Amino acid sequence: MSIKQISVFLENKPGKLNRMTQVLSDGGIGIRALSVAETKDFGIARLIVDDALEATNVLKDADFVASLTPVLSYVISDEVGGLNNLLKVFTEANVNLEYMYSSLGGKATGQAYMIFRVSDTKAAEAALAAKGLRCLTQEEISEI
Amino acid sequence: MERYYQEEIECASPERIKEIQDEKLVKQVRHVWENVAYYRKKMEEKGVTPEDIRSRDDLYKLPFLSKADLREAYPYGLMGAPLKDCVRIQSTSGTTGKRVVAFYTKEDIDLWEECCARAIVAAGGSDEDVCQVSYGYGLFTGGPGLNGGSHKVGCLTIPTSSGNTDRQIMFIMDLKATILCCTPSYAAYLGERMKEMGLGPDDIPLKAGIFGAEAWSEEMRRDIEKTMGIKAYDIYGLTELSGPGVAFECSAQGGMHINEDHFIAEIIDPDTEEVLPAGSQGELVFTSIDKKAFPLLRYRTRDICTLTTEKCSCGRTFVRMAKPKGRSDDMLIIRGVNVFPSQIETVLINHGYAANYQIIVGRVNNTDTLDVHVEMTPEMFADNVGDIELKQKELMDGLKSMLGIKAKVSLVAPKSIERSEGKAVRVIDNRKL
Repeated sequence: MSIKQISVFLENKPGKLNRMTQVLSDGGIGIRALSVAETKDFGIARLIVDDALEATNVLKDADFVASLTPVLSYVISDEVGGLNNLLKVFTEANVNLEYMYSSLGGKATGQAYMIFRVSDTKAAEAALAAKGLRCLTQEEISEI
Repeated sequence: MERYYQEEIECASPERIKEIQDEKLVKQVRHVWENVAYYRKKMEEKGVTPEDIRSRDDLYKLPFLSKADLREAYPYGLMGAPLKDCVRIQSTSGTTGKRVVAFYTKEDIDLWEECCARAIVAAGGSDEDVCQVSYGYGLFTGGPGLNGGSHKVGCLTIPTSSGNTDRQIMFIMDLKATILCCTPSYAAYLGERMKEMGLGPDDIPLKAGIFGAEAWSEEMRRDIEKTMGIKAYDIYGLTELSGPGVAFECSAQGGMHINEDHFIAEIIDPDTEEVLPAGSQGELVFTSIDKKAFPLLRYRTRDICTLTTEKCSCGRTFVRMAKPKGRSDDMLIIRGVNVFPSQIETVLINHGYAANYQIIVGRVNNTDTLDVHVEMTPEMFADNVGDIELKQKELMDGLKSMLGIKAKVSLVAPKSIERSEGKAVRVIDNRKL
């Protein structure tokens, strides 16, 4: 199952990212993973949080533009070659990545979580499952 | 079925209107000559006397009045009636310089309110309507003018004045307001707020809006009409001439009928000051033929537009003025090219953006820069930088083809551009000229 990533529009100005984290913090939302894509004028913050629906609500109430995007998450071991081994499977399954980012394993040491955005989420998930890779569910991510 | 407030005047034959104008003009020129020393001096300098003005056809002989004259004659220099007969002043916001102060006798207020009543009836209003006036009350003419017009029509009038948006919406919903009067930018803001509150066109009791006091595009009109489920009518006026109601739109929405029994309109070339033939684009000039306390003759409005005498499907015979492209005050000259904010608005709305925008003009290395700030919307947001940049580029291309010069587009956070409850501040010019 894919998980829900929140994408948030941010102006590329001092304090804008902080305002977003403040709103999430005030809303009691925990961030599990974060990456920012930026241009000269604006950026898109991509977040995995413990409660995606509630996060979307608090962001909208604070006048942010935010949308939900399906992404895939896999666990790797936090050691040399961990990511490489995972990506080999992607290559074998012929899955193209649009972007990816990572998150350390929280309470579970020795693990890391990779977040992947692919062009066809369902097809990629099936292809990777056929190779024996199981992606994380929304619940599993929330519990990290 | 089109309804009129004063059918015998609004649908009079062009010949009858000329008769009225000829007669009133001759009287008015005499009135000004005898009561307004400032204008009399101008006439004398031009070698014109009241005897030279026998009909509307002689109008061209009279000198023009400009905003500079109004400033020079401030405060009492153009008052045309004795103080004992004057009962009110109204004033402009003074954003473009010194305030203009205009005077009214009781009769002047009466005819002004009558003009507004015609506008309300043309927008479908009757004594069965609930009319919310969300224009500012006070020195600004919007509130008092429409308030008076609404009384004359017999609408139940809600004088909310501007501001306190949630209270505005509460009154519209609770009292089932059917007509809303305010600036178009405030109407757009009210619409946006109602949408956020989950109120759709079917929930909103309004059926018509009378929106004026600033330039707005056809696209913005359609946007407001869709959001609130109303028909939006334009209304035109200037404090100098009375206020809103100098011209108003009818159900045909094809230009605004000028109240020709009170005002004579001309189009001139703003540079040569020559009167242009019917249908030409140029600067609108008005002569007030009824007002006694502030009787302006040949007042240059700086509004650029065209007039049409073509028959209107609504049955009114009054000449129609096109929506002004913009007041020449609002016109920006950027890299030598004339740019009107309304042109930028048209491009934005055509590309699916909100009419919330700000135009920032600057100068870098002696070259003008034009930066249009546009608020990001959920509709145009994507999780992909490339997709957003593509939309940004499409918008820049659209602006380039509309304006003829390059404009930068900056996407800014929602609600970061200040909402206006009166006239919107669209332009920030940082050039030190």
